[in-house]
Amino acid sequence: MHGSPLVDSLGQSVLFVAKDRYIAVLKELSADGYEMCIDLTAVDYLTHPGRNLPDDIVAERFEIVVNLLSLRHHKRLRLRVQVAESEVSIDSAFDIYPGSEAMEREVFDMFGISFSGHPDMTRILMPEDWDGHPLRKDYSQGFIPVQFKGAAS
Amino acid sequence: MGLVRNVRDDGLGGLEHNFLTGRIEDVVKWSRSRSSWGATFGLACCAIEMMATGTSHYDLGRFGMEVFRASPRQADIMIVAGRVSQKMAPVLRQVYDQMMEPKWVISMGVCASSGGMFNNYAIVQGVDQIVPVDVYAPGCPPTPETLIHAIETLHQMIEDGEIMRRRTASGVGAGVRVQEIAAGTLTPVILRSK
Repeated sequence: MHGSPLVDSLGQSVLFVAKDRYIAVLKELSADGYEMCIDLTAVDYLTHPGRNLPDDIVAERFEIVVNLLSLRHHKRLRLRVQVAESEVSIDSAFDIYPGSEAMEREVFDMFGISFSGHPDMTRILMPEDWDGHPLRKDYSQGFIPVQFKGAAS
Repeated sequence: MGLVRNVRDDGLGGLEHNFLTGRIEDVVKWSRSRSSWGATFGLACCAIEMMATGTSHYDLGRFGMEVFRASPRQADIMIVAGRVSQKMAPVLRQVYDQMMEPKWVISMGVCASSGGMFNNYAIVQGVDQIVPVDVYAPGCPPTPETLIHAIETLHQMIEDGEIMRRRTASGVGAGVRVQEIAAGTLTPVILRSK
């Protein structure tokens, strides 16, 4: 579909797109009738044992997951784009789906994936001067050890 | 003077002294405890219980606290109800600093008291790292009765006067620095789609 492998995952359609074709495919899908970008998020597969990908897709550390909804055709579609750790950036979908502005900021804040072409690439959840990206797997949990005297352990 | 503990003797009839012979300080403390207004600092789920405490079933109006002032200048008690995130901490300190003396803080719920179930990067582990807390109300969320117990404990402390003797003159807090960004120094970002 649009030159990228389409996989059926438990009844849901998943499209694996290469990073260089990401915006082109989004434009085509948006013209096809997928008017709404429901969600744009990311996954860090650093500690993941292994996942099934189509043959011509190279597995990278990060994955951008975009959920699209077509109100006209009553269809949903998921895009998965691999993002390498060596080049942690991808094009912004803001021009096609302006509603992704906040979601891309959240991905940048939590994973460190910057979106080129985004009008305001700053942190949205953590304070502006925060160090590190909390939802990465190698980010320490940052907890205070608490001795709970009431418990048995 | 266990006024608050003795509900039946409440009101003017509960004063040990005749109103004319009572010490002014006692009257002032008594009236402060009966008419302390809360500052709205409901952050999360505990705010719902705080609202429920203000409704007619539990009724904070009995204790003179039916008015929750949005402006910290007009508030006496700051009830920190809910999780304080790292981003909210300077705001919390600023609202506390804007309150006028005498002021008190009730830490409502486990998240405000100690970080609660959220022991991670995002939540301040206890609001007492930011503001000096007078009463801790545990619970997730504390039932309205627990909150009323905490408020009445604070009222008793106010009326006894021990809470007024405690504070140092400098009023230093946890040393949180609030960096002010002057208006007009940052270029505004205008968002528009093509």
